[in-house]
Amino acid sequence: MIEIKNIDKSFGDNKVLKNVNMTFKKGQTNLIIGESGSGKTTLIKILIGLYKNYSGKVLFDGSNVSEMNKKELKKLRQDIGMLFQGGALYDYMSVEENIMFPLSLFTEKSEREMIERVNFCLERVNLKSKNNLMPSELSGGMKKRVAIARAIVMQPKYLFCDEPNSGLDPKTAILIDDLIMEITKEYNITTIVNTHDMNSVMQIGDNISFIHKGEMWWKGNKEELIISNNEELTNFVFASKLFKRLKK
Amino acid sequence: MQKLLKHIGQYFMMMRKVMSVPEKWSVFNKQLILELEKIGLNSIGIVLFISFFVGGVVSIQTALNLQNPLLPKYLIGLASRDSLILEFSPTMISLILAGKVGSSIASEIGSMRVSEQIDALEIMGVNSASFLILPKIIASLFFFPLLVILSMGIGMIGAWVGGLSVNVTTSDFMYGLRYEFIPFFVSYAIIKTLAFAFIVSSLSSYFGYYAKGGAVAVGKSSTEAVVYSSIVILVFNFILTKIILA
Repeated sequence: MIEIKNIDKSFGDNKVLKNVNMTFKKGQTNLIIGESGSGKTTLIKILIGLYKNYSGKVLFDGSNVSEMNKKELKKLRQDIGMLFQGGALYDYMSVEENIMFPLSLFTEKSEREMIERVNFCLERVNLKSKNNLMPSELSGGMKKRVAIARAIVMQPKYLFCDEPNSGLDPKTAILIDDLIMEITKEYNITTIVNTHDMNSVMQIGDNISFIHKGEMWWKGNKEELIISNNEELTNFVFASKLFKRLKK
Repeated sequence: MQKLLKHIGQYFMMMRKVMSVPEKWSVFNKQLILELEKIGLNSIGIVLFISFFVGGVVSIQTALNLQNPLLPKYLIGLASRDSLILEFSPTMISLILAGKVGSSIASEIGSMRVSEQIDALEIMGVNSASFLILPKIIASLFFFPLLVILSMGIGMIGAWVGGLSVNVTTSDFMYGLRYEFIPFFVSYAIIKTLAFAFIVSSLSSYFGYYAKGGAVAVGKSSTEAVVYSSIVILVFNFILTKIILA
């Protein structure tokens, strides 16, 4: 479980996050939704440790990140898997090398054991025997799947996904969503997905937090979201005229 | 001025991160071999080509300026040797490498920054500055002097060929090459080259590492890397020459 308590973050005079409190549960896909510029990317960057200057607490299974020493932080980072918006695969490495990279850095596994683990992860994301392809030879959806395989190769306790569906067609997007949800349940990990894709929200939203203008505005699940009367949330979720008519 | 101080501070903070023990030596060695190939082996061709022709031009121009019959022909060999060892090979080749290697380093690291590959390294708990930049600096420190020595040799062959085209005999040229040779000049050239190698690799990495935005930012970082590396090389060329030779 991950908890964030009273998080404030500013860039100069611009206050991006204001007293944000959230809880992300284990074994669930926790979604952070909000308009572009609402502060959700900043929040996810605080959670994964890319932003360090903030006030408040980030607790991973009860341990405060800002009170961790270097060794504890390093250990924590190895428990984190991250799926970036563009995949962030290393251009000069093949699919196999990309997935194997964390293993070669942080484990003492033999080459054979590492390849076995890579093959297992590739099979898990339905990319069996694509080991030798380079990132430039992959489609957008395949890149995301390789990035998921890399994110889960170290058997993380926490999986972060930053807009996993951006740039994907609806069918591939649903495949990625399903894969994230299956992995979350299968490995019983805490998954946090940052998205503004409403298909994702309806597909995998176990626990949804809505951020508006840097503030925690609403939380609930996908069923509660549909019937919610929160004005800002309704305006965001049912933005199109068609959706507004459907909601009515 | 404030901006310059910010850059200098940021550069030294980055270098502090760079100079740390690698996470795992086997991974570092793999990375180093890749960099040796990219920075060193892939630059041999251009260094040989440029050195040969510039060597030829140096000896032809020297011959044209020494047409007085009282001046011995061997001076052409001597002048070509000293120009190549003292200035052309270490400084000009380093400037050329600032263009070739520097822009490639900045655009490579810059692309990794804007496509979140560096963030991915950081999240895994990897010291991205050390992982990406240290092998480039070591590869440059190792290969730049080798390239410069190669350039000196090929430049002298070019100078000999150029000399032949303006009727300087091989024996005159060879006599000039050996005449009052001061081996310390080669050491001076190597010392300068080591400094330039560090400047090119670390400054170019700096501009790539702090690139912000998209493709335009990567292009900008690449241009800045070449411009600032060249400026700093020329300034340090003056300082080092003053300290070592004067």
